[in-house]
Amino acid sequence: MKTTSPVRRALPALLGATALGLVASFNPALAADPIKIGVIAEAQAIAGASIPQAAQMAADEINAKGGVDGRKIEIVTYDNHSSSADSVRAFQRAVNEDKVNIVIASYISEVVLALEPWASRLKTPFITPGAASNEISKSVHADYEKNKYTFHGYLTSAALAQSVCDAAKELLVDEKHMSSAVIMSEDAAWTKPLDVGYEECLPKIGLKVLDHIRFSPDTTDFTPIFNKIEAAKPDVMITGISHVGVQPTVQWKNQQVPIPMFGISSQATNSTFGKDTNDAANGVIYQGVSGTGVAVTPKSLPFAEGFNKRYGNYPSYAGYTAYDEVYYIADAVKRAGSTDADKLVDALEKTDWEGTIGRVQFYGKDDPFTHSIRYGKGLITGLMLQWQDGQQMAIWPKDVAKAQMKFPSFIKVTSN
Amino acid sequence: MLALQILIDGFAVSALYALGATGFTLIFGVSGVLNLSHGAIMVLAAVAAWAAASVLHTDTYAGALIGVAAALLAAFATYFAVVQPIQRSRRIPNEEKEIFVLTGTLLWGIMIQELIAYFFTNNAKTVLPIIEGVVNIFGVRTPRNEIFTAVVCWVVIGALWLLVNRTRTGKAVLAASMNPRGVTLLGLELNSIYLVVWAIYGVLAGIAGVLLGMFLGVSSYSVGPLTASAFSIVVLGGLGSVSGSLIAAFVVGYLETVTAYLISPAYRTIPALLLLVVVMYIRPQGLLGRR
Repeated sequence: MKTTSPVRRALPALLGATALGLVASFNPALAADPIKIGVIAEAQAIAGASIPQAAQMAADEINAKGGVDGRKIEIVTYDNHSSSADSVRAFQRAVNEDKVNIVIASYISEVVLALEPWASRLKTPFITPGAASNEISKSVHADYEKNKYTFHGYLTSAALAQSVCDAAKELLVDEKHMSSAVIMSEDAAWTKPLDVGYEECLPKIGLKVLDHIRFSPDTTDFTPIFNKIEAAKPDVMITGISHVGVQPTVQWKNQQVPIPMFGISSQATNSTFGKDTNDAANGVIYQGVSGTGVAVTPKSLPFAEGFNKRYGNYPSYAGYTAYDEVYYIADAVKRAGSTDADKLVDALEKTDWEGTIGRVQFYGKDDPFTHSIRYGKGLITGLMLQWQDGQQMAIWPKDVAKAQMKFPSFIKVTSN
Repeated sequence: MLALQILIDGFAVSALYALGATGFTLIFGVSGVLNLSHGAIMVLAAVAAWAAASVLHTDTYAGALIGVAAALLAAFATYFAVVQPIQRSRRIPNEEKEIFVLTGTLLWGIMIQELIAYFFTNNAKTVLPIIEGVVNIFGVRTPRNEIFTAVVCWVVIGALWLLVNRTRTGKAVLAASMNPRGVTLLGLELNSIYLVVWAIYGVLAGIAGVLLGMFLGVSSYSVGPLTASAFSIVVLGGLGSVSGSLIAAFVVGYLETVTAYLISPAYRTIPALLLLVVVMYIRPQGLLGRR
């Protein structure tokens, strides 16, 4: 009886596999590795759900045109269930197992702040499409060599406050002669610097801050809050809300609180907000970097329409930024000629990209908000929009405005 | 002025809590089941009512009915798919069945929550109020729907009282809660009594869910807090005691409202939880508990 050792029996198979492997590695199509972008987002939240969808759409468009120097872009998505811990695990998996070159992640500041040290440790470039906390880019400034891998692809809370104040000056103070306000914001990482910004810039434009109410993001009954605001008799309430949105808006309408809402209301940027609130949204004025039907740049409308055609709804604000991010990442890879992390960081710093929300450039090493997108005329200023008759209408700046401000009948616009 | 505001607001919130907790305590009283999918069933009712109105374009009343029907179906599904198989299982020792039911309904609730988040996102949804507009009660601007909510809650609780105390079926339910063995000896089928109780529960949870969707709005995140609040109200009132739950609902509702107005909305739930801890120390059976 002849016996063969297991090794000997396996040998032909091993040889065959090696040969196949050799053939495969000489295949030119495989020689150009794809550029892998990890996308970690909140699949169940409206703002987050658009992030992987928009990224995929941008990747498909770039790939249809031949990719970047023959390299295709591959999007690898992870659902983080709005949790920091899940996001950190996803980030580690993306880098260590799926070998992504760069990560786009989350619209929640708490999540982004949890990921930032991991981008530094794993030396992997990372961009957020929607978080706002100042701390994200301040950390890059404070320890540049360590934290340079993080980019803040959305406006900082400080810039958001400035954008709201710039709009409030024209719309509320100059047009409606308003003179007082109450700040109403949820207790979260992104609103701390926002409120500091509001407190600073509102008095400068002529709105006296009568009271400042911060409330827990899990608040369900807003009656006591509106009650307190009304007692202060302000002309307007300046909002800083994102985790909540539907509930305060519906209760504002049901209780007929006679004071207009103006400011940041992230959920109002979603095209489904009207439906979610049964049109209680009518009259709400909110800041956005984009809006349905608003041509901030020539790229805005084709993107929004293409997205709607493909996914059946309009993108959230973080969808616009995520779409732009994939494009300027591709642009940076092309300029760097490599996906090497440090070279990519250098190239991203030199970004000058006209996207869907304006012209994207990043603040430099010496600016306080290093790696955050630049705010200002000719770059990104943001818009003010208002829900009117179930539609989102741009009302500021005047050059892109499609409508005049108008309020539901229960609102008393006071002009002192 | 502020006192009146607290009185009105607290009343609506408390009535809603009372309705939500009644069904929960009834099920425990009759069949010994602590249904931890309670919050999920309430949220499901509200989301179904919202979806009916805004996706299928039904009118408000039809939407509300669809919401209640969804809760009724979910209640039966909970009973047949989760509770009954555990209770009938020969492989689970009898003394462990309660903990199995607890875990089973908790997981079932999480499944419902995740499905709602998957199909309808975790953003809050609100049900269109049946009555719009506000009335001025001595200077307090009160949404008509808030008054409607309180009235419906009390009418439903009243109807439940009549059902339990004045009808044959109700008396059988009451008897089952006191002595299940005695009921079977009288020739009544315990299973059909359980079915009746789960049906009552489904309708109560459904109405409470839809009203909550109109009054405050719900999201898939509300599932946990809603179960927790029903649970603490029922424990405070005395497990299984319907009148204890009603009293506890008002204690909790007003305590929360007073805190929200006089201290800060951020601390709303804390005093009620502290009270629960205190009651557990000095009167572990709850306010009106029998044991």
